[in-house]
Amino acid sequence: MRIGFFIREAVRATRRSAAPSFAALATVLVTLLVLGVFIPIVQATNGAADSVRSRVEVDVYMKTHATAADDARVRQELLNVPHVKSVQFVSKATAYAQQSKIDPAAYKLLGTNPLPDTFHVIPDNPSNVLAVHNSLSPPTGGGGTGTIDQSIQTVSNKRNDTKKILEVTNLVTITAAALTVLLTIASILLIANTIRLSLYARRREVEVMKLVGATDWFIRWPFVIEGIVVGAAGALLAIAVLAVTKIALLDPLANNWTLIAAPRTISFTALVIVLMGAGVGVSALGSGLSLRRFLRV
Amino acid sequence: MASRISTSRRAQDRANAASTQHPRPDARRPRTARPVIEFRNVSKLYAGDVGLEEATFAVERGEFVFLVGSTGSGKSTLMRLLIKELDPTSGIICVAGKALDEIPRKRVPYFRRNVGVVFQDFKLLPNRTVYNNVAYALQVTGGSRKEIRAKVPDILRLTGLSTKLHNYPHQLSGGEQQRVSVARAFVNHPPLLLADEPTGNLDPETSIDIMRLLYRINRTGTTVMVATHDQAMVDKMRRRVLELSRGRIVRDEAAGLYTRDETTRDLARRLRAPSTPPPGLE
Repeated sequence: MRIGFFIREAVRATRRSAAPSFAALATVLVTLLVLGVFIPIVQATNGAADSVRSRVEVDVYMKTHATAADDARVRQELLNVPHVKSVQFVSKATAYAQQSKIDPAAYKLLGTNPLPDTFHVIPDNPSNVLAVHNSLSPPTGGGGTGTIDQSIQTVSNKRNDTKKILEVTNLVTITAAALTVLLTIASILLIANTIRLSLYARRREVEVMKLVGATDWFIRWPFVIEGIVVGAAGALLAIAVLAVTKIALLDPLANNWTLIAAPRTISFTALVIVLMGAGVGVSALGSGLSLRRFLRV
Repeated sequence: MASRISTSRRAQDRANAASTQHPRPDARRPRTARPVIEFRNVSKLYAGDVGLEEATFAVERGEFVFLVGSTGSGKSTLMRLLIKELDPTSGIICVAGKALDEIPRKRVPYFRRNVGVVFQDFKLLPNRTVYNNVAYALQVTGGSRKEIRAKVPDILRLTGLSTKLHNYPHQLSGGEQQRVSVARAFVNHPPLLLADEPTGNLDPETSIDIMRLLYRINRTGTTVMVATHDQAMVDKMRRRVLELSRGRIVRDEAAGLYTRDETTRDLARRLRAPSTPPPGLE
């Protein structure tokens, strides 16, 4: 009976103060729309950054006269280096086939195969690439760098490129994270503020309730339920708009644009749950907490 | 109800002591309870300004007391102290034998249910009908729907609002709104009813109606305290008067001539009659 009473009170309040309720609903709708668009974009950006980073690797070139036994030995040695996830072997012949496909005329002119056997060493984490590189080319006495095996010719020295890629992708990830945090805070503040305004209009009512002898929670529950209703309505509308946009605009494009089809973006179901939770949670909490100030009578 | 007036010998002694201080011709109701209101050296300061200074008095059960004084004399402070909207700077306030400073913040709502309050500006809930405004006071206490259906029409009949059940406050006249406010204050049958300037916004004829209503409630055994600056009304009602001036109680006397068993109709007739001491009064 209590719960029924609170729900009836909440419905009555929403109906009788339609304008502030609508303002709160619109705020929830807009902020959730922005969030709903922003979350997949951030994730796509992060996915792109990650795929760039995953291409970061160390190339180990063998001496041209290295035998199959040498290759096998070096492979094992490489796998023993810390932070190495996997090692990919590209034989002379494979490399020649690949390269000559790109520029057949030049390689035909060359006649012989100048390419060495190559190992692509992939670190367990892109940011460990420099560590791997360092352990593969330990410093020698003369100030230069050596190798860990006699049959290794060189270890690719793309230090600068690698560093740049890591820095740029890091920056992108951090910026995206910061934007997400800021946007979330802005949404919470915006919703809480709208709710506070609508409560402010009803503070006299709250004061009267207190003077009649209502307990804090007796007054608060209807407001919290109202917050839940408004938040849920706003979230549902936002989700509907997003769903329509997704089906009508994004899905046809996804075939052509890899960024949109990026496999790492959040699934739509998960997005719906996040938005619903955020909408309901923030507005219910906002109503309950904002009311505290007016309850001190 | 926790603060129902209990009987004990000590309380009786104290009540007797109080009654010798303020002799009143009240033989109808035996003094077996402790005072409904008791102030002991109560002071309230607002950032250095005096709101109330060393107030000491007691009000017995069933009394009808006027609190008079000009604006800023401390009437409202006293009223707000009584419902624990404010806490005194020093001194002890007891309502129905319960010291207010011992009530924790969480219990304040439960205490307030035992004190009906009527305000000058009515303080009705604008989004509710007359019926629901009164029902809210019962809903707050967890009253069942059955109880509400039984009690609310009763109290609205008593206050003469039976035809206005489904009107909203803004559709009512000032007098009607104040009667709703009285109905809401009394629907729980609290042992104490406070009225802060209940006739402040009303014309004389409507004021008489409200006073008559308060008197009718008083006759059911409820202690009624009315703050007002309607001097003419106070003189005509002939009840106990507490006068405040700049935060001090400067007068506490029972006008001698009143008869306790006066019917509300007689009271109204007397109030409508031209004042006996006309000079100087509005």
